[in-house]
Amino acid sequence: MEQTVKNPADGAPDYNFAYLDEQTKRMIRRALLKAVAIPGYQVPFAGREMPMPYGWGTGGVQVTAAVIGPNDTLKVIDQGADDTTNAVSIRQFFAKTAQVATTEKTAEASIIQTRHRIPEKELREDQVLVYQVPIPEPLRFLEPRETETRKMHALEEYGLMHVKLYEDIARHGHIATTYAYPVMVDDRYVMDPSPTPKFDNPKMNDMAALQLFGAGREKRIYALPPYTKVKSLDFEDHPFEVQTWEDECGMCGARDSYLDEVILDDQGNRMFVCSDTDYCAERQDAGHRGPQHHDQPLGTADRGKAAE
Amino acid sequence: MYVAVKGGERAINNAHKLLAEQRRGDKDIAEIETDQIEQQLSLSVTRVMAEGSLYDRDLAALAIKQGRGDLIEAIFLMRAYRTTLPRFAFSKPIKTAEMDVSRRISATFKDLPGGQILGPTFDYTHRLLDFTLMANGEAPTEAPSGEQPVDENMPRVLDDILNYEGLIQDEPVPVDENAPVADLTREPVKFPAGRDLRLQNLSRGDEGFVLALGYSTQRGYANSHAFVGEIRYGTVSVEIEPEELGFAIDIGDIELTECETVNKFKGSKTKLPQFTRGYGLVFGQNERKAISMALVDRAMRANEMGEQIMGPAQDSQFVMEHSDNVQSTGFVEHIKLPHYVDFQGELELVRRMRAEVEERLAKSEAENGTSQPEAAE
Repeated sequence: MEQTVKNPADGAPDYNFAYLDEQTKRMIRRALLKAVAIPGYQVPFAGREMPMPYGWGTGGVQVTAAVIGPNDTLKVIDQGADDTTNAVSIRQFFAKTAQVATTEKTAEASIIQTRHRIPEKELREDQVLVYQVPIPEPLRFLEPRETETRKMHALEEYGLMHVKLYEDIARHGHIATTYAYPVMVDDRYVMDPSPTPKFDNPKMNDMAALQLFGAGREKRIYALPPYTKVKSLDFEDHPFEVQTWEDECGMCGARDSYLDEVILDDQGNRMFVCSDTDYCAERQDAGHRGPQHHDQPLGTADRGKAAE
Repeated sequence: MYVAVKGGERAINNAHKLLAEQRRGDKDIAEIETDQIEQQLSLSVTRVMAEGSLYDRDLAALAIKQGRGDLIEAIFLMRAYRTTLPRFAFSKPIKTAEMDVSRRISATFKDLPGGQILGPTFDYTHRLLDFTLMANGEAPTEAPSGEQPVDENMPRVLDDILNYEGLIQDEPVPVDENAPVADLTREPVKFPAGRDLRLQNLSRGDEGFVLALGYSTQRGYANSHAFVGEIRYGTVSVEIEPEELGFAIDIGDIELTECETVNKFKGSKTKLPQFTRGYGLVFGQNERKAISMALVDRAMRANEMGEQIMGPAQDSQFVMEHSDNVQSTGFVEHIKLPHYVDFQGELELVRRMRAEVEERLAKSEAENGTSQPEAAE
């Protein structure tokens, strides 16, 4: 497992620290302060065009750029993993433009930018979790008009959302939302937790770390200050529940983490493995083993062996 | 056997190398130079400048080369560069009335003061492939100059001719030249949006999208029949007035196409009927975009005109939120990024729901002795 690495100090001499100019950072910080003051409320901000495409995490990148300082240590994950292509790309971006230390270790990071997951390891008060958000408006698929959804939030008119969840139960027997599962923040605003699996929703509640959400294309920022009440929407007779697996992680044997399914062949054979690569590696280092582990620590195999 | 492969960083670097190699193509063929692109693919250059919202021909040519001719990629490169540029001044409003005109036509009058000036246009060409271009045939003969110089203050069809009779809605130029103008690149867009913001959005909007919407207004998805009152294409000078100087200085010329449409009239028993207007303005020579923009601008004025909203082009939020090709292409293409965590959630739910249905079926089969698929429905 890669330890925290220092990055060369002369990454991108033509650009300001962390790419954005200071005026833009101030504008984003003002939006962030407002967002923290009104948990779950979507604050419009003048999102900038970034050198990576919209949909690739430009909102999260702008938020990170606005809060990061030279002494921070950054971790970037996509789907829970540090080595997915987009996570690598964003980590390299900040290594180059901000020359900050980067890490794959959840515990050593001061800022964690994420797409689609919350780390399994409990976060601390001195950490910031930055989410990349594609569609910040939880009501968008129920009501496409921005003028209407703003009104609905203002009047706390969330009946439509409950009707949608009820219809799911009537039709499927379940609330058929498995990710981006809507939450009620501080008993006031319904909020989209970004497309994290609902497995992660309980982690948002009462979290010690500051949680910041950036939607670049939609130009919205929202936030959860530390120790905010976050409740997944549900009904008394259909309480919220998270995904469970009958299997364990093939590598580290974890039964409490979110598992990805890995297809092994075209005969229907598959295995499950932790989506959070740092969590899995740490468990393996501690000696935990899953059924498919052949004493090949996760992450050290070279490609030749992988092909075998 | 499963082994987590960590090849992310190396794979990305190698993919970039392959991309650079493919961009260059066959090395036996001369590498295209950016000044060739700037000169000979000038309409690509101006489109990239228009939708990239940055008037710099050399950078646009570079972006086209780097983007391998993919204009949306080139526009994206321009936009990403543009955000890093400081703003040192705001220009004074440009004066298209004083345009140095290369082309100016009106479809509403056969002849008119200032004349119909065709200029460089594909309009009356026969679209026959010219194989001599492929064979690097002779250089084109020089175009002859007109006998009379073009009117320096070319009258505007809508303002100077139609408005003379009061036949068209008046759109007075704001008295205060320094009145603030909305800027969607510096302020988040809020709805309903003012016309300044809508026009800015359309001017940098995707040509294909604006074209399709403009077309839709002509086919019944809006009711704002338009005539092209005037199209003019040429260069205008841009002026800034530095505070410490106190007077305006010319910082250079830009090429523009402007289109003003004359749209269906409005009036009542007590109010004189008047034609209404649509407006299009875009960098470079791009009449397709300027006309489409004017059509959509007019359609988006539905509320102001008290018209019923019946088509997507009249719905400002719909138009403005979907016109930007850098945003659209990013979000459409982002679904090729990993989504396996979310998909795993869906898999788990679908499997669980299937198991429950199977269980129910098996139970009813056991109770009834036979399988009755209808009963399950």
